[in-house]
Amino acid sequence: MPNLFRTAQLALKSLMLHKLRSGLTMLGIVFGVFSVIAMLAIGEGASQQAQQQVLALGATNIIVRSVKPPRENASQQNQNSFVLRYGLKRVDYDLLSMTIPTVLQAVPIRELMKACRYLHREMNCRIVGCSPEYLDMNHLDLAQGRFISDKDRREKTNVCVLASGTADELFQYTDPLGQSVKIADRRYTVVGITKAREASAAIGGSMSGQEYNQDIYIPLETMRVRMGDLDIDRRQGSFSAEEVELNQITLRITDVDQVMPTADVIRESLQQNHRTANDYSVVVPQELLKQAAQIRVIFNVVLGSIAAISLIVGGIGIMNIMLATVTERTREIGIRRALGAKQHDITMQFLTETIVLAGSGGLIGVLLGLSTPLVFDGLKVVAEKFFFEGGGASEFSEMFTNLNPKIVPSSLPLAFGISVGIGVIFGLYPARSAASLDPIEALRHE
Amino acid sequence: MTLAAEVINLEKDYMLGAVPVQALRGVSIEFPRGDFVAIMGSSGSGKSTLLNLLGALDRPTRGKYIVAGRDVSQMTDDELSTIRNEKIGFIFQSYNLIPQYTVLENIEVPMHYRTGYPRIGPLQQKRIQELAELVGLGERLDHRPFQLSGGQQQRVAIARALVNDPEIILADEPTGNLDSKTEHEIMEMLLRLNREGRTIIMVTHEPAVARLAKRQIYMKDGLIAGEGIFPG
Repeated sequence: MPNLFRTAQLALKSLMLHKLRSGLTMLGIVFGVFSVIAMLAIGEGASQQAQQQVLALGATNIIVRSVKPPRENASQQNQNSFVLRYGLKRVDYDLLSMTIPTVLQAVPIRELMKACRYLHREMNCRIVGCSPEYLDMNHLDLAQGRFISDKDRREKTNVCVLASGTADELFQYTDPLGQSVKIADRRYTVVGITKAREASAAIGGSMSGQEYNQDIYIPLETMRVRMGDLDIDRRQGSFSAEEVELNQITLRITDVDQVMPTADVIRESLQQNHRTANDYSVVVPQELLKQAAQIRVIFNVVLGSIAAISLIVGGIGIMNIMLATVTERTREIGIRRALGAKQHDITMQFLTETIVLAGSGGLIGVLLGLSTPLVFDGLKVVAEKFFFEGGGASEFSEMFTNLNPKIVPSSLPLAFGISVGIGVIFGLYPARSAASLDPIEALRHE
Repeated sequence: MTLAAEVINLEKDYMLGAVPVQALRGVSIEFPRGDFVAIMGSSGSGKSTLLNLLGALDRPTRGKYIVAGRDVSQMTDDELSTIRNEKIGFIFQSYNLIPQYTVLENIEVPMHYRTGYPRIGPLQQKRIQELAELVGLGERLDHRPFQLSGGQQQRVAIARALVNDPEIILADEPTGNLDSKTEHEIMEMLLRLNREGRTIIMVTHEPAVARLAKRQIYMKDGLIAGEGIFPG
């Protein structure tokens, strides 16, 4: 082998002869490599985002939620009633909390959307009837005051705890603590406020993630006594009524390893009480994690292949230029052959040029790729300014702004390697055709 | 008297489209070491074909070509490359320097393709420097071909031809593109190399140039038509 360093040096010299041309050719590889790294980084960022949302549900938790059955089913069941009865019952709660040994804790909640008022300010809130454990189980922190206590539950007191968003909306200038909020014609004294919390992953068939910032928490027993199980929604010309005892039971399991077996047990136990209707769902965050991992693989493959196509296009660009170069330098090839270069030497010369071209393109691409998070931040600013402004935060724009690309370290050498590989593959044909020129013909070439 | 090279009954056929053309029809010449031969002849006489064969750029159809005791006619492409690299120095009519390289780098090219690809060290650098000085270009090592006159370019080519210390120097109309003054300079240089013992084979169609060689060979229709010896 000839001196590699010297060969590379001479290759660089020939490339520098046509700076613009070499630069433009390189650009194809630069963007190819950049997009491989960027695509994988975006895929990684998205999956980490999903993973965090799932983890926010708690790795040792199992969540059982009431699900409104499809309308046809419901009408068959309750043909003679206006009231739609479905969902988890208090007996389910008793069953789950008492009969399964691996359940450490079971927290039942009841949710209702109600209009809430303080003086003239009004907003629609999610009223959550819960127990003291709710705070801890959902990783909520208190900003002020206290949370619901066992005493509140026992005495069915009219107290409430506001989520930060609710507190900001209802009480703009006054301290909410000790004030009373009016919910469904009854007054509840504010005893505490929680801190803001990121939304967690969507569960139970709903598309949007769980928001915690528009909530009002009241004791579960108070809710049952004051509001009952029946929720009547009056609308123009008609009304609908639903009777739900519990909306959700969150179960904390003793050990991470016990989560999956316990989930099976829970499914079987609940089956006994809900033979006729499929009106609940069991959500296991661990399962969601597994699904997220699968989606991530698909995501990466799709994004990666799109990027790979652009690399191949870059490779074709290189091949095109190298073929032109070979034609242009036919005479030089003839001279070298006359001076003693073997076919192999000529092949190596042109291959080295291609590899230097692709390699330096790859290197620049890697550097650009490293700046993906920066580029993406810039993109967010631009997008927010021109596309999402005034249109309200759609689900897509929210996803976009929450997305932070994470560079996958292994993608850097991978993308660089592919770029060099492409240089070899697409450089081989022009190099071989240069080497196979007849020296006499090549020397005569003008 | 040892022979630098020898051709024996050399024949070369070409296919010109579908028509076979006999470019050489049996040429035998001996080139003693230290000879200076001028090959003359009109175009189509076969002198270019002969030069290509002598330069190991091509293989004969029939006959033998022996350089440094080895028969070239049966060699592989790689072996031919080695012969060109080590035994033959080329000087072309149009200089044929590599445009993007400096004088120094141009002289260096044949060294680059030596067998085993030895490193170009200080010793080799020194040789290049000496050769450049020999041809009077010691001050212009970092110039590029387009910055040099025709005569200077041809002198670079001469230095390049000498760098691997070849047995034979093949010159194809070395003064064809030059004015008479530079022609004289280049011929002086070749004569000096010849005096130092180098074998030179030169193709030309200028009688004045040919007359400077030790002997002249006239070619016609692929055969040697005549030979004249002028006392050196």
